[in-house]
Amino acid sequence: MTDLTKKTIAELRDGYAAKDFSAAEVTDAYLSRAEAATDLNAYVRMTPDLAKSQAKASDERIAKGEARPLEGIPLGIKDLFCTKDIETNAASHILDGFVPPYESTVSQNLLDDGGVFLGKLNLDEFAMGSSNETSYYGPVVNPWRRGNEETKLTPGGSSGGSSSAVSARLCAAATATDTGGSIRQPASLTATVGIKPTYGRCSRWGIVAFASSLDQAGPITRDVRDGAIMLSSMASHDPKDSTSINRPVPDYEKALEGGVKGMKIGIPKEYRLDGMNEEIDAVWEKGAQLLRDQGAEVVEVSLPLTKYALPVYYIVAPAEASSNLARYDGVKYGLRVHDDNIHEMYMKTRAEGFGKEVQRRLMIGTYVLSAGYYDAYYLRAQRVRKKIADELAEVFKSVDLLLTPSSPGAAFGFGEKSADPIEMYLNDVFTVTANLAGIPGISVPAGLDAQGLPLGLQLLAPAFGEETMLRGARALEEALGFDAQPTEWWT
Amino acid sequence: MTENRNLLRGETGDWEVVIGLEVHAQVASNSKLFSGAPATYGAGPNENVSLVDAAMPGMLPVINKFCVEQAIKTGLGLNAKIHTWSRFDRKNYFYPDLPQGYQISQYKDPIVGEGEIEVELDAERTITVGIERLHLEQDAGKSVHDLAPRESHVDLNRSGVALMEIVSKPEMRSAEEASAYFSKLRTIVRYLGTCDGNMDQGSMRADVNVSVCRAGNYAKFVETGDFSFLGTRTETKNVNSIRFVRQVVDYEARRQIQVLEAGGEIDQETRLFDVKTGETKTMRSKEDAHDYRYFPDPDLLPLTFTDEYVEEIRASLPELPDAKKHRFVSEYGLSSYDAAVLVADKDKSIYFEDVAKGRDGKLASSWVTTELFGLLNKEGKEITESPISASQLGSLIDLIQDKTISGKIAKQIFEFMLDEDAGKDPKDIVEARGLKQVTDTGALEAAADKVIAENPDQVAKVKDKPKALGWFVGQVMKETGGKANPQAVNAILKQKLGVE
Repeated sequence: MTDLTKKTIAELRDGYAAKDFSAAEVTDAYLSRAEAATDLNAYVRMTPDLAKSQAKASDERIAKGEARPLEGIPLGIKDLFCTKDIETNAASHILDGFVPPYESTVSQNLLDDGGVFLGKLNLDEFAMGSSNETSYYGPVVNPWRRGNEETKLTPGGSSGGSSSAVSARLCAAATATDTGGSIRQPASLTATVGIKPTYGRCSRWGIVAFASSLDQAGPITRDVRDGAIMLSSMASHDPKDSTSINRPVPDYEKALEGGVKGMKIGIPKEYRLDGMNEEIDAVWEKGAQLLRDQGAEVVEVSLPLTKYALPVYYIVAPAEASSNLARYDGVKYGLRVHDDNIHEMYMKTRAEGFGKEVQRRLMIGTYVLSAGYYDAYYLRAQRVRKKIADELAEVFKSVDLLLTPSSPGAAFGFGEKSADPIEMYLNDVFTVTANLAGIPGISVPAGLDAQGLPLGLQLLAPAFGEETMLRGARALEEALGFDAQPTEWWT
Repeated sequence: MTENRNLLRGETGDWEVVIGLEVHAQVASNSKLFSGAPATYGAGPNENVSLVDAAMPGMLPVINKFCVEQAIKTGLGLNAKIHTWSRFDRKNYFYPDLPQGYQISQYKDPIVGEGEIEVELDAERTITVGIERLHLEQDAGKSVHDLAPRESHVDLNRSGVALMEIVSKPEMRSAEEASAYFSKLRTIVRYLGTCDGNMDQGSMRADVNVSVCRAGNYAKFVETGDFSFLGTRTETKNVNSIRFVRQVVDYEARRQIQVLEAGGEIDQETRLFDVKTGETKTMRSKEDAHDYRYFPDPDLLPLTFTDEYVEEIRASLPELPDAKKHRFVSEYGLSSYDAAVLVADKDKSIYFEDVAKGRDGKLASSWVTTELFGLLNKEGKEITESPISASQLGSLIDLIQDKTISGKIAKQIFEFMLDEDAGKDPKDIVEARGLKQVTDTGALEAAADKVIAENPDQVAKVKDKPKALGWFVGQVMKETGGKANPQAVNAILKQKLGVE
């Protein structure tokens, strides 16, 4: 019997329908594979009993011909999504022992569509990080290695558990979240597909908040089709999230075919950074050429404000985070470090409960919102943010999609960048604009560098342009024909 | 300018007091501002708490449209500008009964802007007080410190309850004006049904801002808008009765004048009122002031609605106290002050109008305000608990107006209706008790003849002293058991005794 974990969601769906194998078999295959992959540290907690009972229920529905869109598909859930009766702690010590009595809207949507939950996936603490090194549970390891080296590399962040698990086939697909690039950068570093939808497309209800105006849930999958299938289930209008958009959810899978013939695709010249990795430049050029070959018109466009995106992001996101994380005070749930004085209790709890990177961002956020600095930092950043969004909207009047690299480099080793926060922050340089402008983006595996590490390309679309974006991504994927797999050193 | 009756005499000269009020009025609503949890009073600890109110991870606020409508209604009742675009901000600070670590409020862009209301002080004086703004915000929970020796407890029932903060301009100049303003606000929100005004349950409370300045400086402030003419203000928090507002202003003005005259300075600080001593004391000085790090709440979209929506609400407003007051003056011939007293309480004004409709307004007002309110005050009852209904009182006034009974008999019947004749129609009482006024001149003449015949000495006296006629009237009334029409008796006696 072939390895069931090699099948995509689409293939599993067809196999279930044809009764080639059962959801229970597929789930067992994933469970044993995931349980053996402790070296990757992708899961913070597995839910095998739940998964098995869900798979059993799925098999019953399949037998009755009542399969739902994700019936029996084994999924990993980023531990930023609150899951009912399953401990959720955002990879933070401060949420020790927190068991939500509710299910996030996105994970509920997946359950309603028949998804099977294998467990909760590791991430950077509160989704703050680009390498998964800030997790209280230790970093996730990338299945990909540099040639024959044994150096452990990052799977990217913050959705590193999701990218590593999908790449190593520890789940069929995973949920993830993207605040500045946290879906697309990990996807790029692990040769997976990551979709950040338009802001408001997926409900934020029940997702532990990092930066409310930027956070958006999306999937990490093996290929573009699976991304489309997952997104169709994850997306919804949710009256419980005031920023959720009331707009019908298309069947994204139907949007995949048709190619890029006649499409106009922009290459933003400012994304060509000084001293940029030549291999990335080469992959980018190759992607552009392939799209041209498919009949797309590829043109150079200018987005001069892009250079301000990262500084703006590192004001807005910490500011919102400093307020969003104020609720973790030791009073109601999670960690409490006892003291008879309430202020001492707050300080001790938060000093012990939050890791260094989270503390750094809370300090930055508190600073930029404080009296006397608000106008110079936060208000100004919001004004620039508006201009960046306007600039993008203007460019999208003349092009359908933008093509850029997903990240400025391939996977790196632990400790290589964590000493310098600024260098770490630069990981988001290509992705962060989409969050500031609220537009969708997708990262597609594009090739391997000289050391054998994956590199990704990003397509960006105007707000609610997911269908065009997926069609472009599918064409690019097909043309690239990327099919490399990591060597399975961890089993 | 007219004489300033609000001057306060100090050791070193005259002072003026300047007062502004920030009133927190709980929106009358079944559920909270951003969650579906009940906003009712009196539930057990933490019974009215949703996941949102407890700030569970990933929970998001969703605006309660009814609360928005209530705020717009109140803004219209304050004759204020309604902002069709407003926004919620987060006010960040740590406190155990503030589960989110921030309060959602409106800082820069409130839903309601400037307005003004009329405030009656007494029969002669009505002032206008400017409204600076009204905004919506969440209430916090409650910390309980007396359940355990070394622990505090938190009750989140109030967490997230909708409040309207109504900020006045610094335009009140005495304790009397400040308390009358507070009282008038209460009247307006109760008319609108946007707040129940129950101060003892915390539904309405005021932060009282008081400063003093040298006589004449307030006028300079008004002229120039330059706040430096005003003194440093203190803010006394959570004052929850009209009487306490008065006490706070009196106490603070005196205290501040004493400090200043002794060469001291007023600290801009937050103070607390001690109900037992009637004094205020420092709660938090300016140095301890929080940096609230306000910023727009990214979980909520700006609050927008159309002018048409505002107009729809305007069209649905009930008659407001000032309009009703003016109507009572023109329709029932009442004095402005009497009308203001009647409209101060919506239920009282409805009762009055039920009595007065189609009758003599002044007579109705006198019976309602003097006899009925006197009775209710004595018994500590609300108008809604009145033992005499508006239709009973109206029927009684009908009997006076058509001369079936005299005013004196009417008062007797009023007493009967409180006791043995409770619930009966005054007409039936008159009938049953034979209290009908005697207008039959034959019977009256016979009674007059009898009194004249029996009192020759008095008859002699009345020739020289016509005022003695009153004695005869009294005797005839006695003869007829009080049922005689006094005017008719008077006329008959005058004629029989030859008195002009």
